[in-house]
Order: sequence, then structure tokens, then C-alpha cells
Amino acid sequence: MSVCAEPPTAEVDADRLRLSGAWTLAGFAAGLPEPPADLPVLFDASALSALDSAGALLLLEFEAAAPSPVRWQGLSPRTADLLELVRQRRTPAVGEGAAAAGCLAQLGRAAHYHWCELRDVLAFFGELTVVYARLWLRPQRFRWRPFASNLQSAGLDALPIVGLLSFLLGFVIAYQGGAQLGRYGAGIFIVELVGLTMLREMAVMMTAIIVAGRTGSAWTAQLGTMQVTQEVDALRTLGIDPYEMLVIPKLAALMVALPLLTVFADVMGVLGGMVMAQLQLGVSFSEFLQRFPQAVSLRSFLIGVGKAPVFALLIALVGCYQGLRVRGGAEAVGRQTTVSVVQAIFMVIVVDAAFSVLFSWLKI
Amino acid sequence: MAEDLTPPVALSGITTRFGTQCVHEDLALEIRRGEIVGLVGGSGSGKSTLLRIVALLDCPQAGSVRLFGVDAGTASAAELNALRRRFSMMFQQGALFSSLSVRENVALPLQEHTALPARLIDELARLKIALAGLPADAADKLPDQLSGGMIKRAAVARALALDPELLLLDEPTAGLDPLGAAAFDELVLELRAALGLTVLIVTHDLDTLWRVTDRVAFLGERRVLACAPVAELARAAHPQIHAYFAGPRARAAATAAGG
Repeated sequence: MSVCAEPPTAEVDADRLRLSGAWTLAGFAAGLPEPPADLPVLFDASALSALDSAGALLLLEFEAAAPSPVRWQGLSPRTADLLELVRQRRTPAVGEGAAAAGCLAQLGRAAHYHWCELRDVLAFFGELTVVYARLWLRPQRFRWRPFASNLQSAGLDALPIVGLLSFLLGFVIAYQGGAQLGRYGAGIFIVELVGLTMLREMAVMMTAIIVAGRTGSAWTAQLGTMQVTQEVDALRTLGIDPYEMLVIPKLAALMVALPLLTVFADVMGVLGGMVMAQLQLGVSFSEFLQRFPQAVSLRSFLIGVGKAPVFALLIALVGCYQGLRVRGGAEAVGRQTTVSVVQAIFMVIVVDAAFSVLFSWLKI
Repeated sequence: MAEDLTPPVALSGITTRFGTQCVHEDLALEIRRGEIVGLVGGSGSGKSTLLRIVALLDCPQAGSVRLFGVDAGTASAAELNALRRRFSMMFQQGALFSSLSVRENVALPLQEHTALPARLIDELARLKIALAGLPADAADKLPDQLSGGMIKRAAVARALALDPELLLLDEPTAGLDPLGAAAFDELVLELRAALGLTVLIVTHDLDTLWRVTDRVAFLGERRVLACAPVAELARAAHPQIHAYFAGPRARAAATAAGG
């Protein structure tokens, strides 16, 4: 078989259809031969230089288009075998798949899907609660090694990115607010602005969003891959509870790591604000720090940090739940990871809003 | 059709190292057109590595890999791509694309590499699925809805999509039940007869070796210890080969094959 295939042709020559050239995928690269208008019933394949299954399929289509049963001439034994094999095994295309489902069927399917999801969430919480309760009874079963490694990957390794982004956030808040305050000669109030916004709201929210994108997604992908490769099932058959081994240490680690990261973000955010206050408003570091305790109460700090464990719980639960829900293959892992990040960030913001409403009711 | 006598696979002087561990040293192997060659050897003897080298997935540290007379070491990227269309590989776990149905899996290389109309591609895909021995209703299933045996057949269907001249099979019968494995052996023989394929099989399945292969290359001591018909190999004096073919399972397979 030559690399440069001769183009396949089919020409009517008196009483016969003369086939020549390479009837192969390579030959078809130049274009498909068209069946001539009135096909004779004698096909002459003696000039056929090569045939593969695609060519055989096309020849059979020519054959089907002929007015009466076709006689073949000049087929080499191998070509004849291939033609015969394709003739036996070809399956005519069936009609398009089932017609598009009706509205009602779609509604039903969606309802069923959400019902199943609700059941899955309940089962997840149920199993987690049982494992958690069992852990209270036998605390020595807590797994410190995965806890420590998760603490490192979710907490320590996140320090640079959380620090940098919080610093920039404080910087930007001070820049935008400072311009307004400076106009009224109230530059010193930059301390209140930066201190309250960072400590009460922005630092914890920013940290939670970074962690959801960094850690929640990683956990979903990890658990999802373990689900696909049946590692989770393997744990079960070995009598090891996957929740105890995989979920609880992650949950615990994040509930420790996120408050600590939030404190770090507080510091870096205020530092960013301080730098900007000095550059733009001429408020020196010492002035800023002197005013800080009066401007920002301990309560504001505690409210901010107090939200962190709740966000941590949300992120870890969503990440682990979505990971363990993966069924199928590589594509499902990707899909579930996306869902995990979107859901975690969505819930962090919604719960933060709920906290705001709650605190204003309680007048905190 | 003039018979082309260039060997589809010609390896010489192949040396492969992972770190300090030497897997192949000055290894040579040649496969003739239309031949079914088995590649066997103990665990860690570098069978799968060698298959990956033939499939142009890995490069050896030294030596030449010639496929269809083209030296893969000096070929340009375009030449390598042209080569890749002349052989195909069936992976041990199938490696089907999990988001595509079986038919779409088979149609994918056709869509990528040919300008055929969609109707013909669809019919070709169905033909390949039927050739691989899958029922027609498997065509629209997703890979995770298939049994292990069906995944192997679907993988063969995809490997046949572009009518390759050389088929590389990695443990095709591993994980199949005896009936499924025997049917797979017949499938390989049938495909060779019908499509004139050259086949290289990495396998541990002794029944497959006896039933299907023309020659068996035995890998050991970092090279091909022997490459001969399996009946000859079973009588070989080399201690490693002897141990491989003298075990109770090997004797049972030989008896079953009338060897």
C-alpha cells in the first residue's frame, strides 16, 4: 500500500462498472466517488488497487443502488473476503434515537433527580452524624495523621495567597474610602473604615472564598477520583469507614485552619490599609495603631473570626459530599468539582448575609 | 495488491532505563506483515514498556524503532502522525472516552482524520462495532454502562476505526471469563484473516498464546530471549522460558491446544 493513494474512481465502460484506484480512507481524502447515473449490473474490480472497510461499505452502497443483483468480476480473494465480511456484519443505521422527551417527562425526570439528591444529602448527613457520635464515644479513633496533613495543605500552604489577597483588599478599601474621607477632612476615620470592614466582613469572606476554590475543589476531585477507582468501596470492604478516614479529618482540619487563616487575613488586610493611609492621607502607622483599639471593638473581631468555623463546616461538607457523589468517569469528577466550588461560594455568601440579619436583630 | 514486505515493526538495539534500573538492553525484535506475535515475560520484564515504545508513546534511551520502514527516531512530526494512522492500540482498561457513547468513541478518529460524510462515518462506526462482536444496541451506551468484556470489544472497535495495518493489544483477555476470552481469541484470528492485520499482543493468557499467536517473543534478562512458535518455545531449554511454560497452568493450556 503506497502512502500516496491513487484516487478511487468508478466509470461505466459499456456493460460494466470499472472500479479503479484505492478505495480506502486514504484514497477518499480527495473526495468520495459518486455512483454513475445508470449502474450496470456487472462490477469489474480488476483495477482496484486497495480496499478497506470504508471502501467496502461504499461499494456495497453502489451495489444496493444497482437495478438488479450485481455480478462481480476480477475480485482478488482477500478483497472478496473483506467485501463478504462487511456485507454480513454491516448494520443499517436505525432511526435517530428516541424522540425528544416531552415537557412532562422532563419535569418528571428533574423532580426525580432532585428527590434523589435530597435523599443523598440526608444519607450523607445521617452517616456523618453517626460517625461523629461514635467518635465522641471513642475519641482515640480520631485519625491525627490525615488531620495534620489536611491542616497543612488547607491552612499552612494557603498562607501566601490569603495574605497577599487580604493585603491588597485592605489596600483597595483604604484607597477608595480614603479619597472620600480626605475630601471632608476626616482622614483619620480611615481606621474605622478599614478596621471594621476587614475584621467584621471582608477578611473572613475573602478567606472562605479562597479556601473554597483551593481546598474544597481539591477535596471533591480527590474523593471523586477515589470513588471512580473504587478506592472508597475498597475502604468499606476492609471494614474502614470512609467517613471516619476521609471526611472527619478534613472537616476538623478546616475548622481549625479557617479561623487561623482569618486572623492572618485580618492582620494583612489592616496592614494593607495602613500602608495606603500613610501614602494617601498621611496617617502614620503609630497614629493608626493608637486609634485602632478605640475604633474597632474586640466584639467586631470575634464576630468575624466566629463566622470562620461555620464557613469551614460548609466548605468541607460541600466538598466532601460532592466528591462522594461522583458516579461514572473522569467527566463526572470535573462536573462535580465545578458544582462543589460554585455551591460552596454561594453558601458562604448566603450564610454571611444571614449572619448580618441575625446580628442586627440581636443588636450586636 | 502487491505484497509489501517491509516489516511493520523492526526494533534494534533498544535500551530503556528508569533511573538506575535498566529495563531493556540492546533488545531486537522484528514482526512480519500479517503475523500475530505474542509478547510474554515475567512481571517487570518490560513488556508494557516495550509496547508503549512500539506505540510511539515512549522513546527508548538508545536504539532504533522502525515502523513500516520509517525510523521513528528521525521522522518529522508529520511523518509520525502519518505513522500513527497506520497502527492503533487497545489499552488494557479500554481507555474509552467516558463522556462519549461507544459509537461516538469509534466515530471520533474518523471525524478527526477523514472528510467522510456523517452518514458514512456513522455506518462505518456501526460496522466496526459489529466486527468487534458487540450487539447493535451497545452502540449508544456509555462506557460505564458496559461490562468488562464489552469494554474490551468496544476498545477493539475504536482501534479498528481507521483500518489500521498493525494492531497493538495490551492484555486483551485479562479480566475476561474463559468463554469471553476464548471468543476474543477467535475475534483476533477472524480480524487478521479478514483485514490482513498484523497483531502484537502483550498477554499472560497461555490459552491465547497457544490459540492465536504465530510466534511468541519471550522477554527476560533485558532482551528478547527467544522468538519462536509457542510449541517450540515450550520445549526451550532456557531456565526462565522453561519455568514459564512448565507450570501446571501452562501444561493444561498446551494439552488443550493439542501441543
